[in-house]
Amino acid sequence: MSAVDYSHEISVVEGKPALRELDDLIIKPLETKPNKNFLIALSITLGMLGFFVIGLGLTFYYGIGMWGNNNPVGWAFDIVNFVFWVGIGHAGTLISAILFLFRQKWRTGIARFAEGMTIFAVMTAALFPLIHIGRFWLPLYLMPYPNQHSLWVNFTSPLLWDVFAVSTYFTVSLIFWYVGLIPDFAILREKTENKIKKTIYSIFSLGWRFSNRHWQHYEMVYLILAGFATPLVLSVHTIVSFDFAVSILPGWHTTIFPPYFVAGAVFSGFAMVQNVLIIVRKIFHYEHIITLDTLEKMNKIMLLTGSLVGYAYGMEFFIAWYSGNPIEQFTFINRAFGPYAWAYWIMLTCNVVSPQLFWFKKIRRSIPIMFIVAVFVNVGMWFERFVIVVTSLANDFLPSSWAYYKPTYVDFMILIGSFGFFFTFILLFTKALPVVSMAEVKAVVDGAQPSHHDH
Amino acid sequence: MSDKILYGYSAIFDKPDDIIKAAKTVAEHGYKKYDVNTPYPIHGMNNAMKLKPSKLGYISLIVGLSGALAAILTMWWMSAVDYPIVYGGKPFFSFPAYIPVVFEVTVLSASIATVLAMLFIFFKFPNNSHPLQGTEYLKKVSSDKYGIIILADDEKYNENEVKNLFQSLNASELEPIYWDNDEINHKHKIFEPKFILFLVVVAILNSGAVYFVYNKLLFMVPFNWMMEQERQNVQQKSLIFSDGFGMRTPVEGTIARGHLPYQFYGKPDLAGEKLINPIPVSKSSLKLGQEKYDTYCSPCHDYHGTGQSRLNGQFPNPPSLHSEKLRSWSDGRIFAVITEGQNVMPSYSTQLTEDERWAVINYIRVLQRAMNAKESDIK
Ligand code: HEC
Repeated sequence: MSAVDYSHEISVVEGKPALRELDDLIIKPLETKPNKNFLIALSITLGMLGFFVIGLGLTFYYGIGMWGNNNPVGWAFDIVNFVFWVGIGHAGTLISAILFLFRQKWRTGIARFAEGMTIFAVMTAALFPLIHIGRFWLPLYLMPYPNQHSLWVNFTSPLLWDVFAVSTYFTVSLIFWYVGLIPDFAILREKTENKIKKTIYSIFSLGWRFSNRHWQHYEMVYLILAGFATPLVLSVHTIVSFDFAVSILPGWHTTIFPPYFVAGAVFSGFAMVQNVLIIVRKIFHYEHIITLDTLEKMNKIMLLTGSLVGYAYGMEFFIAWYSGNPIEQFTFINRAFGPYAWAYWIMLTCNVVSPQLFWFKKIRRSIPIMFIVAVFVNVGMWFERFVIVVTSLANDFLPSSWAYYKPTYVDFMILIGSFGFFFTFILLFTKALPVVSMAEVKAVVDGAQPSHHDH
Repeated sequence: MSDKILYGYSAIFDKPDDIIKAAKTVAEHGYKKYDVNTPYPIHGMNNAMKLKPSKLGYISLIVGLSGALAAILTMWWMSAVDYPIVYGGKPFFSFPAYIPVVFEVTVLSASIATVLAMLFIFFKFPNNSHPLQGTEYLKKVSSDKYGIIILADDEKYNENEVKNLFQSLNASELEPIYWDNDEINHKHKIFEPKFILFLVVVAILNSGAVYFVYNKLLFMVPFNWMMEQERQNVQQKSLIFSDGFGMRTPVEGTIARGHLPYQFYGKPDLAGEKLINPIPVSKSSLKLGQEKYDTYCSPCHDYHGTGQSRLNGQFPNPPSLHSEKLRSWSDGRIFAVITEGQNVMPSYSTQLTEDERWAVINYIRVLQRAMNAKESDIK
């Protein structure tokens, strides 16, 4: 191998594809009929979605008594799933906003897809607090609206902050996504021959005409939105962690929670994005747009955040010991060696040990191995939330009220179903919208920008 | 062709370097109304076109700050003014706890406003009837070409000059662009019958659905399960207990609070000796005593205890409560009268709890003191 030439920026899009080819390649899934593999995948996710419908139906009809939640463990699978899915949603905005501010060009190939995943993940997540309240048809009480009780919501409660954080996050992500899509809708409008499609694309492109007087404002707005989304994405998981940290339960009541949750969210989000992208680039032949270099960079971020999470696990134990608080100490020893030790050690192996493999370049660049590692990370991050939520509640201050939590079949149906919900949206997305931002990718192809910089 | 109005003259270039040069030259020639259309933003184009920096940032700033202020004021009004409730010992207006919501509202309002302002104020979108729409020119610049167009209403516009200028810049294609006559002549009517019909249908469906949900659906199974729960009513047959009684007798050997059996039946004097008033005189006990006295005693004894009440004549007049005898009675002795009754006066032990009886007695003492005030009581 020749020495790396640092005088030249390495291109983020491999080869030097003609711009028109890029358009055609990205639009192809939209123009072609779904093939067999797609239909098989869709029927699997729809089947899982069926579990969701049945599980939720049972829950709505008979009430949340169908779940395994018991007296000390009032928060269980529903909140675990909520935190898990919100966490998944964090990678998208991180890629599209934070990496944008850091001028990381490799993000262009994956940003659109990751943002889409953010939206679907937050949608999935938002369902869980809704069903957790039991009477899901009365969610309006979460909002401060004038009502016949003349009561207002409690603005000092982290659960209310959560309502604001998650709904803001969803709205801003959606806007961000749509703004990014406008030029692509215009490209689709110009390309398509089909009348109905043309009408739809015309409506959504709003009449975009690639004017540079517009691009100028557009780039400014993108920058502003990225600037807003960056603290927003950090605030969302911080506030989710407040749901726990602001309470007084041992195992929850710690100040390390906000950074630890944010790191964990990015960690799991990147694992999920990486998993899905590996499949997408294979199916749609995007290997030169979503390059191996990009995947390697994602693996590096996973290594970083995975190590942060591992540090947080260690620090929690240290603080429990250092605080001298016997109840706190008991909680952590109980986590590692108590009735839920199995969950704790699954979490530790998946989250702390497995990403350390990414220290090796060979593994970082081997698609099958990185795929498996990312699956492990996803499993581990789900168990992390399980460990935090369930072990702390099951064995709290009063030994007389301790109880072991066992999920029921309805819990599992909803868990599996949430994956079905999420992946159904992902599949439909790949067929309905360009999964790579055409305008952005074209701008970073070699030779797409003027060669002389005389300003 | 000749009856079409000219919109501008366009040129297509193949390379990003060329379009930058073209834009620069056009700007230097003093054209004001021209535009550059490229499939993606080109670095350095803002300088070439001499565009002023975007002002959208100010919109974010202003709306964001107003959003923050509005959030603070709303929360302050709701939790400190309109319905103050103490949560966790915090002040009604506890600003640190409001920071998360203020932040979220700021971000939300600023993001929405910035995007809406860009699309609808700065760009005047949606605009699918723009003369460029549907042209070959737009098709090319959407994909991989770079276009520039000088508008016909520019002061310096002269078709031949513009053509020559573009040719000297090595444009690969030249094309005039016209307004679409259909678009110009088309009148946009808001009150089209179809649209009105659509609105009416939406309104009917919507109000029907809302009516159904809130007045019917929420009272159906399973939504009504919270409202209509199984429970035991007084005097109802019980399905749980084997003897079928819904009301249960207390467990043997236990006494409910406040229901100690009265030990002095028939011995009012003994009661006067033994019983001690456990309720200290206080504003709240006197208030309770007054309320109960006015309700239960005043019909016969009068509001002031004189015995000349509104039942006067329909029932044997009770003696005054201000008599020498009564003033010397102990509290316990009066308690015995209220509990047992005395001659024609009935017992009030079921209407008044023990504590209430003592409170009434405290109040009677106040009445007595008021009627027979000493010199020293007057200030
Ligand atoms: C139905 C009318 C009636 C009501 C109501 C009533 N009393 Fe009497 N009360 C009487 C009569 C009549 C007597 C005189 C009984 C007798 O002949 O000894 C009396 C006697 C008394 C006496 C004894 C007076 C004395 O000089 O022997 C007291 C003390 C007294 N009542 C207190 C109360 C109190 C306190 C209440 C309110 C809880 C009350 N009464 C309600 C009719 C009433």
